Amino acid sequence: MTTQRWSIEFDNVTFGYPSPRPSNLGEAQGLTIDIKKWQVEENQTVFISGQSGSGKSTLLNLICGTLQPSSGSISILGQAFSALSESKRDRFRAEHIGVVFQQFNLIPYLSVKQNIELAAYFGKGLKVATTETIINICQQLNLPSTLLQAPASQLSVGQQQRVAIARALINQPELLIVDEPTSALDSSARDSFMQLLMDSAKRYQFTLLFVSHDLSLADYFEQHIKLADINQAGEISE
Amino acid sequence: MILSIALKSLNHRLTAVLLTMLSIIVSVSLLLSVEHLRIQAKDSFGRTISGVDLIVGAPTGQSNLLLYSVFRIGNPTNNVSWDSYQALAKLPSVKWIIPIALGDSHRGFRVLGTNNNYFQHFQYGSKQPLVLAQGTQLLSTFDAVIGAAVAKKLNYQLGDEIEMSHGLAEVSFTKHSHSPFVVKGILEPTGTPVDQTIHVSLAGLEAAHKSESEIDEILHQIEAGEQVDIDIDGVTAMFIGLNSKMQLFQLQRGINQYKKEPMLAIIPGVAFSELWQLVGNVENMLLFISALILFSSLLGLGTMLLTTVRERRHEMAILRAIGAHSRVIFLLIQMEAMLLSLFASVIALILVWLGFQFGAKWLSAEYGLFIENSILGLRSLAIIGLVSGATFLIACIPAISAYRQSIQQGLISK
Repeated sequence: MTTQRWSIEFDNVTFGYPSPRPSNLGEAQGLTIDIKKWQVEENQTVFISGQSGSGKSTLLNLICGTLQPSSGSISILGQAFSALSESKRDRFRAEHIGVVFQQFNLIPYLSVKQNIELAAYFGKGLKVATTETIINICQQLNLPSTLLQAPASQLSVGQQQRVAIARALINQPELLIVDEPTSALDSSARDSFMQLLMDSAKRYQFTLLFVSHDLSLADYFEQHIKLADINQAGEISE
Repeated sequence: MILSIALKSLNHRLTAVLLTMLSIIVSVSLLLSVEHLRIQAKDSFGRTISGVDLIVGAPTGQSNLLLYSVFRIGNPTNNVSWDSYQALAKLPSVKWIIPIALGDSHRGFRVLGTNNNYFQHFQYGSKQPLVLAQGTQLLSTFDAVIGAAVAKKLNYQLGDEIEMSHGLAEVSFTKHSHSPFVVKGILEPTGTPVDQTIHVSLAGLEAAHKSESEIDEILHQIEAGEQVDIDIDGVTAMFIGLNSKMQLFQLQRGINQYKKEPMLAIIPGVAFSELWQLVGNVENMLLFISALILFSSLLGLGTMLLTTVRERRHEMAILRAIGAHSRVIFLLIQMEAMLLSLFASVIALILVWLGFQFGAKWLSAEYGLFIENSILGLRSLAIIGLVSGATFLIACIPAISAYRQSIQQGLISK
């Protein structure tokens, strides 16, 4: 019998923002997250759906370690976050977790290559970001190597999303968190992006956590979780 | 890597950065210039006269006596009689004595009546004597020895005639048009009021105030090689050198208590200090104003960075997402501020250096101010260090704001 390995483990986790909450997240109304038990198996592809204000962003911040739960424990890739200092959580995130946002994924004044190298600098070191490695990853994501020196601000949204994946992959993460990355893409670009993402998950063997309110994307994933099903906290208006 | 990001970030907002940098360049240049001029002015002030133990004149304030006798600024309140001058000259403790008589001018330059003791004993800077660039000292009644600035500005050569005016105005209605002074010597530049002075003999100055017929008679005597005997009424002031410094206070007290004629004897160094205290308040005020201008420029820098913190929240979120600690965010903002401030300071230093390099000649030619271009020194480095320190403190406001924002917002995606 093999031991089950978890990428994400939530155990009696609660989180509430102190009032007033940060302006981008709306007003506090008690707990935002209240998850009794939640586990994601290693190398699974998971789709998390939820309405606006259901606590998706807060959940991602908790998984990344940028927020600490009010109570309960969170383990990511077998590492209990409560045992780590803020600096160590940052380091852990840099080395093991990749993040792709809905938009504004890249630092606009840096080139594509510099954006990717920056992730390596904070993660496993610049040695992992050789030009050859970067070109390889970019090719797999259908990004021509001629784009490497282009400023990120000159790329299309679809190209920026692919560079964001490339940046996430440079540290060979074990967990990739993707937050509504297709909302700014048209349907053909969305399908192409989803295919690339799923291919990458298979090739690089990472756990994929995909957050979106677009339920039509759920079919791409092995598991679909409705946030409202695991989060006992009441709905928060954004 | 962070340095590279900071540089590219500054480059990304080039217009705002250049305007802020320009503001800092102007204020740091002002601060460096004021500080340099302050030091140079103090040095220049102190090097005006050297080796003189006592200055004696009619009773007045010691600053006033120093100003009119050494700097040729203002007017003497009264003269000292020729008898008193001779009495002092005969004292055994007096090694040498230089009489000076002021009151007339030539095209805005002071005319100073004296004797050749002036050229032998007067010193400036680090006991540097006066040196003739051309010609001779005062050999005859109507000889004139002019300072370097006078010769340059009026384009005078040896043999040119000088017409004296009463008073100091450049255009005077009371001219001694019959006074036949001739340039016989031109002094090397000294960087002191000597450069702006026309030196004539006491007898010549006295004769210039006589009637035309009397002057003709004197000229006739000179041409005939006869002894010219002109009575001198008095002098404006005297510079005295002593045989022994031990006698300084005793002689000063003796002169100040002289019964036959009220006189004031001052020690140049003491008078300089008193005068500099007055000037010092002005220079401190200038320095304070310069520092305020710098402070306002740095506040501008802080404001510029603070306004961009909100705009850059996505950039902060990206950095946090890829594992940058909030301290990195603080460091990035600080680094941008420090880079901008350092660039501006270095440019300001170069500009001020160039300014003094090319302006020094003009200052010496136009105003007799000798400014050494020693701006690239420890003092300037200390000022730049202070500017950097002030930048760090002011940049803490946007840096802390960015730091806190990065903690509060976490990984925003919208």
